[in-house]
Parts: sequence; structure tokens; C-alpha cells
Amino acid sequence: MAKKRVVTTTLNGSQTEFLCEPRQTLLEVLRDTLDLTGTKEGCSNGNCGACTVLVDGRPVNSCLVLAVEAEGASVQTIEGVATGEGLDPIQKAFLEGAALQCGICTPGFIMSSKALLAQNPKPTEDEIRFYLAGNLCRCTGYDKIVRAVQDASQQWQDQYMKSCHEKGCH
Amino acid sequence: MRDFEYEAPTTLSAAMELAAKHNGAARFMAGGTDLIDQVRVGRLSPDVIIDVKKIAELKALQHDASGLRLGAAVPCCEIYGHCGIVSDYSALADSCRIIGGVQIQSRGSVGGNLCNSGPAADSTPSLIVLGAVAVIAGPKGTRTVPVEDFCTGPGKNVLQPGEILVELKFPARVANSGSHYRRFIPRNEMDIAVVGIGASVVLNDAKDRFISARIALGAVAATPLFAKAASDGLTGQPVNDESIAAAAAAARAIATPIDDMRGTKEFRLHVTGVLVERVLKAAIARAKGEHVDCNVGH
Repeated sequence: MAKKRVVTTTLNGSQTEFLCEPRQTLLEVLRDTLDLTGTKEGCSNGNCGACTVLVDGRPVNSCLVLAVEAEGASVQTIEGVATGEGLDPIQKAFLEGAALQCGICTPGFIMSSKALLAQNPKPTEDEIRFYLAGNLCRCTGYDKIVRAVQDASQQWQDQYMKSCHEKGCH
Repeated sequence: MRDFEYEAPTTLSAAMELAAKHNGAARFMAGGTDLIDQVRVGRLSPDVIIDVKKIAELKALQHDASGLRLGAAVPCCEIYGHCGIVSDYSALADSCRIIGGVQIQSRGSVGGNLCNSGPAADSTPSLIVLGAVAVIAGPKGTRTVPVEDFCTGPGKNVLQPGEILVELKFPARVANSGSHYRRFIPRNEMDIAVVGIGASVVLNDAKDRFISARIALGAVAATPLFAKAASDGLTGQPVNDESIAAAAAAARAIATPIDDMRGTKEFRLHVTGVLVERVLKAAIARAKGEHVDCNVGH
């Protein structure tokens, strides 16, 4: 069997070391070694997006990343989204808008939405639907998810403007 | 997943030494979006995976007056995020925006898409119409192959054991030129092309006549096809519906699609004609300096 490797990453902001075999995916290591079971396994072939995490800020399917490739990278999972002050605006919007039913796809949707809003804070409905195309939901029919992202975008802008105002940026 | 070793060399020569040492039992990996799945399902069974993302030549992205050099491992998101590629190699950016979802685009590369050699690969027709040449390094030295000659069958290509695709080289964009790629899929996004068409055109200064054109077809034969007769037939022709329709008919004539779950042969032939016309018109509009809104999914 191939020798295990020591991998050092920044995981949800903290330096983290783990031991893995080359054949293990990042998804397996997150769930089975690091007990971060918020990231879900759906199709395991890159179609459903349930396992989406951010690697160096970019959304990826963690089922299609080898854990050894995370060496030196910054990885963010759903466990790293809420801050000490509470839920992220996206999480709040999903809850308040009931943008989930069974919930399996939700962590992946939230990670992709994080990446979308970081890059495009005011997306159109079209842009949201297209950006989230790599995340499948078999329950909701997507409308509530899209509306939750729109709500989060609005909250984010309000919050940003407020903090800018408080800091006197504008 | 089956057991394998992982190596991430930082030089091309080290990567080739590793490949030689493992004599056919090693696979190169760029984004891994095809490879990891193929290993998982047992279609491929490498003893070693050689990650090529740490090799500078394979991550190069250089755009200047002499053209474009695109390292084989550059992911799609960097390609459509590059202003020079969006403006001068538009068909390539069009392709990269619709390969998989954003998660796939974060990792998957055009070089990997080419080496995977799927008949429906979305980036290959764009490489062909933009005149890209594959630069291949191997034990016997470096050679170049025009992309239209790269694929030899479904999943098959000209790479010999130990050879590695280093980069794709494109000529500089000439004046009054434009390109586009578009596919037909039953969904709005995240699907495999039923038919995919790329086209590039160069117009005269008056922009009413073709100086040259290149048309390429995907998903309608065992490999992506360069439609040479259809392309050459446009040389010197006026830009009008008749010349465009004639090119579409000539392109249709070389398509040999199969019936499968994504579409029948008859349907694919029809769509080939329709798309060649639409894609040529979009490439012409771009050559005329018009902004073509290529919102994917529309």
C-alpha cells in the first residue's frame, strides 16, 4: 500500500495537519479523518456539488480532489462559514426562506453561494441560477434557493454599507 | 478507490523521468476532474498519479503580440477570467464557461479536456478554429501537432507512452477577426454537448467578404472534426445568408453522428446545420466589433 502522507492545510482558518493515503479524496478525509461531516457525499463523480468546499477561495467538488493536493492550500468547509457572532447571512437566508427540504445539498449550495457573492455581490437571478448549476437539489425546485441567495445578497449589501458608514468609508 | 502513489514534480524533466520509470503505469493529472472519476470507477488503474500542476510550463498563460501560450494545466476559470482571451480568443472563453459547473471549472483544464479526447469535448472545437497547436514533450524530444490532428478516436489521441502535453500555442489574433463556440444541450447548463460548433472568421476591411474561416464540429463523429471544405469554401465569399448556408451544408456533409440517449443521428445532423449558421453569424458579429452577449444557457 502507498505510504501515508502528512498534509498541512489551513482548514477553516486554522493550521491543520492530517495523515492520508494518496488514494483518499479530500471529501473522505474531511468526513472520515477530520470528522467534518457537514460536507456531504452525493454522487461522488462531480455532478451533484453536494461535496462543494472552497479551496483557496474557489469552489471545488471535494470528491474530485485528492487530499494530498490540499498541501499548503486554504480549505473552507460549511463548518467554517458561521462566525463567533452567529450565522453567515447566506445561512440565515436559507433558514428564513426555508430554502431546503432534506438538507443534503444545502452545505454545497451555501459554499457555492459564498463563492458567488464574494466575486459578484449583486448577482442577477440568471447569474445565480447559472453559478449554482453545479449544485443539484432534488427537493426544492430551486426557486427558494435562488431567492435565499438574492436575500443574502441584499443583507450583505446592507451590512456592508452599514459597516462602511460606521467606519466612515463613504 | 484503488491504491496508487502520488507524485507532484516541479519540473518537466522530473515528470518525464517518473513516467519513464513507471513505464505505462503512470497517469498525468491536471485538474483531475476526469481522471479521479475514471480511477474510482475502475476504467483506469494507474500505479502512480503524476500531478503536473506544479510544473511552471504547464501553468503558463502568456498573451502578447506573438499570440497566446496556454499551459496544459491552466484551469477553465483562469481562461475565461483573462481579459485578453475573452477579447481575442473568444471561442475558447465561450467553451470554458460551459464545461461542467463552476466547481469543475475551478480545476478542469483545457489541456486535460484535449487529452481526455472525448468526441463531445467543449474546448476542442474552439482550439481547432483558433489554430491551436499542441506542444508535446517526450523521451525523444519535443514535437508539435495541430489540434485537429490530436484526437484519433473516442478517448484516444496521438500521445505516445511517456509523452506529455505541455502547452497549446495560438497565433496572434488578426484584424477583423472573431470567433465563437456554442453547443446544443437539452438543459440550460451542466450537460454534454449533443452537438458543439466552433467557428472563427477573418473578414476584409470593408467587413463584407470572408478572407478565411475555420469551422469545427464536436459530438458528431468519433473525434472533434475540422470542417475543412466548409471552411475553405468561405474564402473570398461575400458575407451573406447564402454563403453561410452553403458552409453549414458543407459542414453537415462531413458529420457522421451516432444515435444515442442524447440525440438521434437525424437530429444531430439537423442541429449541426443550424448551429454552424448561428455560430458563424456570432463570429462575424464579433469580427465587426459588435459585442455578442454569450450568456450561457440562452
